[in-house]
Parts: sequence; C-alpha cells; structure tokens
Amino acid sequence: MGLWRDISGTWKPMWITLRYLFRKPVTIEYPEQKRTPPPRYRAQLILTRDPEGKERCVACYLCSAACPVDCISLQAAEDADGRRYAAWFRVNFARCIFCGLCTEACPTLAIQTSIHYEICKRDPLSLVFEKEDLLVDHGGKDKFYNFYQHAGIGVCKPRGGGDGEYGPVDVKDLLP
Amino acid sequence: MMLELLISGLLILIKLVLIFGVVLGLAAYLVLAERKILGRMQMRPGPNRTGPFGLIQPLADLIKLLSKEDFMPADADKLVYLFAPGLTALVALLTFAVVPFSPPLHIFGRELPMVVCDLNVGVLYFLAFSSLAVYGVVLGGWASGSKYALIGSIRALSQLVSYELAMGLAIAPVIMAARSFSLTDIVMAQSQLPFILTQPLGFLIFVVCIFAESKRTPFDMPEAENEIVAGFHTEYSGMRFGLFFVGEYINLVILGSMTTVFFLGGWHGPLLPPIVWFAGKALFVAFVFIWVRGSQPRLRYDQLMNIGWKVLLPLGLLNLLVTGAALLWMNG
Ligand code: SF4
Ligand code: SF4
Repeated sequence: MGLWRDISGTWKPMWITLRYLFRKPVTIEYPEQKRTPPPRYRAQLILTRDPEGKERCVACYLCSAACPVDCISLQAAEDADGRRYAAWFRVNFARCIFCGLCTEACPTLAIQTSIHYEICKRDPLSLVFEKEDLLVDHGGKDKFYNFYQHAGIGVCKPRGGGDGEYGPVDVKDLLP
Repeated sequence: MMLELLISGLLILIKLVLIFGVVLGLAAYLVLAERKILGRMQMRPGPNRTGPFGLIQPLADLIKLLSKEDFMPADADKLVYLFAPGLTALVALLTFAVVPFSPPLHIFGRELPMVVCDLNVGVLYFLAFSSLAVYGVVLGGWASGSKYALIGSIRALSQLVSYELAMGLAIAPVIMAARSFSLTDIVMAQSQLPFILTQPLGFLIFVVCIFAESKRTPFDMPEAENEIVAGFHTEYSGMRFGLFFVGEYINLVILGSMTTVFFLGGWHGPLLPPIVWFAGKALFVAFVFIWVRGSQPRLRYDQLMNIGWKVLLPLGLLNLLVTGAALLWMNG
C-alpha cells in the first residue's frame, strides 16, 4: 500500500504540471498591457479640492505627524479671511511606502491616494513632489465633502452659518 | 592519393565542427526551453523579451556572462579553481564523441560514420567520463575555499558513489543482449525491438541513475539553492560559472542521447529520417528532465544513498541474473 501511495504521489504532480503546460499564462505583459487598479488602490498621493474649487488642506500637520517614514513636510499659512492653507507642501515619494496612513489622519480629506502608479524615475531627487505636482482640480474619492461647511467656525461664514448649524443660543432668554 | 586524403580530412573536419556547433547550440537552447517550459508549467510565459519568443535570450545570457567580473575568493586554490569549470564542460563535450546519432552516411563514394569516434568500448568510455565529470564539480567546490562549496562537492561525491554502481548494472544487461560494448552495435541490436521493452526494469533503474548523474531535481543536492546557496559553484561568476552551466546542459543532451542509444532504439523508427528520430527521442528525454524539475521536490542525500544501495543495486543485480539466465536459456 505504501509503495502504491509513493508511486501515485510521484505521478500526480507530474500530471498537474503537464496539464498546466497547456494552459494560457496569466501574466500581464506590463508595458504593453496595463491594468487599471481598483479605485481604492494606494499609489501616488494627491491634494484635492472642495466642491467650491478651493484647496481642502488646512495645514494641520496631521498627515506629516502620522507618516511612519516622515516623508511629508509642509508650512502653514493663513489667508486674509483667516482660512489656513499650506504655503508649501512636499512629499518625498522616494521614501513614501504608500501605506495610506496620511489619508486616514487627514480631517479634511485633502490628501488622498490615487491609482496613478507609474511614478518611477531614475533620479531619486525628481521623486520629491511639490504642492503644484500634488494639487489636482477635483475632489478625489469624495466630491461633495466641504470641511468648512461643517467646521471652520467663524472663518468663511458667520458663527452658526454652516450646514446643519444654527446660530448661537441666547442663553439669557431662559432667565425668569 | 593526396586529394583522397584531403577530402576525407575535410569531411571529418566538417562533421566535427557541425557536431560541436549543434551540441553547443542545443545546450544553449535547452536553457531557454527549460525556462520557457518551467514558466508555462507555472502559468507564466518565460523569457519573451529578447527577440521573437525570446529566441535570442541565449545570446543575451552569453553577453551577460562574458561581461561579468571573474571573481576569485581570497583563499581559493588558484590553479584548481581556474580549471575546474573547464574540466566539467570539456568532459561533457568529450562524452558526446561516442554517441552514434545516425547510420553511416555515404558521400563521395566513401562511408562516413555518423559518430565522432566509434570506440569498441563506447559504453565503458561513457561510464568513465560520467565519473570523471564529477571531478570538475568536486575540485571546483573544494578549491573555492568556502563552506557551501565544500558541502556541495562532498554531496556530489556521496551522490556519485550511490548511483554509479547501479547505473553500470542497469546497462550491463543491455550489453549482454547486444553482445557488444560499442554503442553503434547496441543501436543496431535494437532494430527490431528497443531494449525498453525487453529490459523495462533496467530502463527504470537507468532513468533514476541518470537523474542522479545530471545533478538535477530530484537529486540536485550538490547545488541545492535553498540550503547551500548554489553548492559547488557558489563562488563562481561570469564565464566560469557559465562553463559549469553549459556543462550541465550538454550533459542533459548526452544523457538524453544515451538513454536513446541504450533503451529507446537509437535512430530506428518508421518513416522519418534516422537523425530526426534520434534527435526527437533525445530531446524528449531532455524534456522529461525539465518536466521532472518542474514537478518533484529535492530528496535528502541519505535518501539517495538508501535508494542507490538498498533498492537500485539489488534490483540491478536481479535484473542481471534474470537476463543472463534468459539469454542462456534462449541460446540453448
Ligand atoms: S502613504 Fe504613508 S508613507 Fe506615504 S506619505 Fe502617506 S503616511 Fe507617509
Ligand atoms: S493634507 Fe490633511 S492632514 Fe495634511 S496638513 Fe493638509 S489638512 Fe492636515
């Protein structure tokens, strides 16, 4: 019985490889054939804009703090109307490990991953992307989210002027 | 008279160059064929970038090997280290000298045997050189001055002592049936029936032994990549590694040819010209080598010793005994 088991155990893998020899390879011939990655694929980072077309980033440094390899650096600045933005914003893709932790940390959905994965360069220094390279003119994965409509107290509109908000309550009207 | 000699000499020279070229070309393209076949078995296409279907991949490999640094470890035994790879390739090439791949050809009124050298002890020559081949491996590993190479060469030696005897015993009944040590006579004796049908046991033993002889899966202990880096050729690089590599694939061609000569009926076959039959059979055996490499895991070398000494050797002796008895009985 043991001998029979050994013989069939030797033959079976031979049979399997012989069958696979006549199957079509599953290889994607990369430079000629390209595969569209799934929408939530984590490749190059982008800085998105809100529905009004304004930059979403409020330069809170959370992405920079969350990044495990410290490849995001930026400088905060403030508009005349008090709205914060990044004066410069730099991502070093030579160090980025595409973990997506920055996108999870971002409170404004400004920094997002995109499916654009072909960013290989010969010179590592050309992999340092500035704000102009990162900024896109769409909302990325969430087209309608507008941070300042929810938070942004007193910056872009009067207090209580945002979506689903109401004005300050006059606490004195409860007095007898 | 002078002219006669010249023509004979020229014919022989052409034959030699042709055989040399064909064997080297076959070895180079076997590498490609192996990579493609293994690739297809794993559902990938294999090399397909250099030229149509990757057909000039061997050339690219050659350029790569030639342009690499020829590295030598500091405590290597210089002389032996330098000449060991050459020994492997040379021995492999020389073995092909006795392979008869077609019946004698008649050109310009003279008979041209289609074998480099029709020795009357061709079988012994083959056995001797298959043992010699292990010297290249052992010396190369020994001279590298590295523990992995040393382990690899020791394994090659232990492998040699386990399969050699059984291989000789597997061929012995063939010699008895053909009544000759000459490979041409052995092929001639199979014009009716290939020996695989009369000597199935001998064939099986021989196949296991040549797998051990070729140092390929499932008996690739001397170079076991995932245990001892690359075994005996760990320290070699560039064209010296290339020589080991080429030697291995020439060996594949030779072992295919030898199986064809001893058991598959040599060039005999219906319809097609003899050379096609011979090449087809030899390449089929080479394909089986590749196929097995894609399917079987590596054994341990104590397992090979067990098989060699406790299974193949007694079986070979039994086969010898039965064949001898049968031959005596048939010839009254
Ligand atoms: S994806 Fe990860 S590594 Fe890349 S910038 Fe974001 S947090 Fe840093
Ligand atoms: S991208 Fe997001 S997390 Fe980073 S600074 Fe801008 S708002 Fe903050």
